[in-house]
Amino acid sequence: MPGHVIEVKNLYKDYQTAAGKFPVLKEVNLEIDAGDFVAIMGPSGSGKSTFMNILGCLDQPSSGEYMLNDQPVARLQGDRLAKVRNHTIGFVFQGFNLLARSSLLDNVALPLVYAGIDKTERHARARLLLEKVGLANHVNSHPNQISGGQQQRVAIARALINRPSLILADEPTGNLDSKTSEEIMTLFGELNREGITIVLVTHESDIAEHASRQVRFLDGRIVEDTRTSPIAVKGAPHV
Amino acid sequence: MFSAMLGEAWHSMGANRLRTFLTMLGMVIGVGAVVLMMAIGQGAEQAVKKSIQSMGSNLFIVLAGPPNMGGARSATGNAPSLNVKDATAMEDLEGVSNVAPINMGSAQVIYAGNNWNTSIIGTTPSYLDVRSWNLSDGYVFSDSDIRSATRVALIGKTVVQNLFGDDDPIGKTIRIKDSPFIILGVLDNKGQSLDGRDQDDTIIIPLTTSQRRVFGAQFSGSVRQIIVQADSDKVMPMVEDSLNSLLRQRHRIREGMDNDFSVRNLTALANSAAETTKTMSLLLGAIASVSLLVGGIGIMNIMLVSVTERTREIGIRMAIGARERDILMQFLLEAIVISIVGCLIGIGIGVGGALLVSHLTAASIVISSQSILTAFIVAASVGVFFGFYPAQKAAQLNPIEALRFQ
Ligand SMILES: Nc1ncnc2c1ncn2[C@@H]1O[C@H](COP(=O)(O)OP(=O)(O)O)[C@@H](O)[C@H]1O
Ligand SMILES: [Mg+2]
Repeated sequence: MPGHVIEVKNLYKDYQTAAGKFPVLKEVNLEIDAGDFVAIMGPSGSGKSTFMNILGCLDQPSSGEYMLNDQPVARLQGDRLAKVRNHTIGFVFQGFNLLARSSLLDNVALPLVYAGIDKTERHARARLLLEKVGLANHVNSHPNQISGGQQQRVAIARALINRPSLILADEPTGNLDSKTSEEIMTLFGELNREGITIVLVTHESDIAEHASRQVRFLDGRIVEDTRTSPIAVKGAPHV
Repeated sequence: MFSAMLGEAWHSMGANRLRTFLTMLGMVIGVGAVVLMMAIGQGAEQAVKKSIQSMGSNLFIVLAGPPNMGGARSATGNAPSLNVKDATAMEDLEGVSNVAPINMGSAQVIYAGNNWNTSIIGTTPSYLDVRSWNLSDGYVFSDSDIRSATRVALIGKTVVQNLFGDDDPIGKTIRIKDSPFIILGVLDNKGQSLDGRDQDDTIIIPLTTSQRRVFGAQFSGSVRQIIVQADSDKVMPMVEDSLNSLLRQRHRIREGMDNDFSVRNLTALANSAAETTKTMSLLLGAIASVSLLVGGIGIMNIMLVSVTERTREIGIRMAIGARERDILMQFLLEAIVISIVGCLIGIGIGVGGALLVSHLTAASIVISSQSILTAFIVAASVGVFFGFYPAQKAAQLNPIEALRFQ
């Protein structure tokens, strides 16, 4: 039984600006267990996105440790990092970040292209996931033909396609109205009950209430960490 | 994986058709120009090679008159400096295998009401050996025809066509400058000479007959040219020297005086002509290649724009697991696909253009698979070469910054 999905120790991140070194994350420590559902909150500019990007292996910390599934990933480079992003993590963005020119099916299947999986399987799996997020009828549509909430569902399907153990979502409901936001959060809740670890950033406390645990950032530090409900499903991660 | 990327390259080309077309256009024009120019250049080379072959090998031409005047133009008022006896003397020189004295000019020829102006060559039977010229029909006049200046003729294919049409000319009588000549033989096709004349538009008659009946030489036995064939390539310099000293001696030219004749090495002249066409052909190819280069730069230009425009897309791809080399391949493939498709269209246009040129003009055209293959390989390399920098630029983007790009 592995300990933590995420284990961050003494993490620092500075940005080099014209005015000199600018610290964004300072001495961040965080452990997240498999199956947890964590909401990261905090005012704008407090370093949430920076932290998420490091968790998502899109960015590297200036110093400190980051263990992902007990593997040190803070110093990984290039192809190894790409592999982690492809296999272990599913990232959901505020702006959906779908490829406008590709169909929903191709969008969802895209990570499998980089995983080297053949077309038949890619499409079969993408179809299944589009069904799961309620877009079975839009397989061949393009992102500009569907609503924002639907686009975010496609993005979630894409994040799920490589069966990751961890979903990271940076303000996934930031561009959505409150009703659609609720629907997306319900979807995240369902995924979490299937055993997927979810970490999401949000401004709004009613969104954060869907999570089991709330972590608050302020000025690059974690200032509050409360659990409101127990981890839904312990054990085997999502397959 | 590869096929998926190829599909995407195709897809993204289709997404911006006008731009893809314009990018391709550079390649199309470049490759088209190269193929066309190579076809024309190689055609010219081949034509020259053919003329050289038709000329005969290891030849000297000895012209009457001082070298700077151009023997062929020497005025009739001047005492002609070459005569048949010079030719006979040359036959005894070491290394000389054949000698053919020549008089030539043009004359009106008439047969059964048909008129044709053609070139008349008065010479001896050895002329045909020197030029390795065979008959397709009939037989050659003999040395006794030369001695008795009979009125017989060998006629070229072009003359046959114009005077006789489909009739058999052998044994028929034509009139050259009002004298009747019996046709003994028909000359084989010889094609174009180096200076572009139709060598089949000619009539060959005995030297003596030409002097008496056609050109009316005032000085008996004078000739305009003597063609000398050497035994081999190796003895050419030696033969040239002995031709010069023989003629100086025979013409009693004192030490320090200029020659009243000139000896030209036809083979060397031909080779330099071949060299010139080769250079021209290379030059044409080089100029055309510049447009290929410009096409390549066009591809690089558009690819750079495309990379910038698609920065966000690159960021997305990286975020979901694309490796650097995946991004590199994606953009490189796009450049290569554009180049190759452009190249194929260019080959089509080049070949079509070449066929059109050969159809509209007399220029000979050679479309070799080798030149097409070369163009194809060069175009593909241009695609890789000029596509690489933008592709690498894309692959080295930082995913975070790329995602933030608007
Ligand atoms: N590439 C960068 N260069 C310099 N400063 C940056 C960069 N990215 C983010 N920052 C700064 O880091 C701080 C934290 O940003 P961010 O992590 O986006 O905050 P949040 O997501 O909580 O709003 C902000 O002050 C921001 O200006
Ligand atoms: Mg943010």
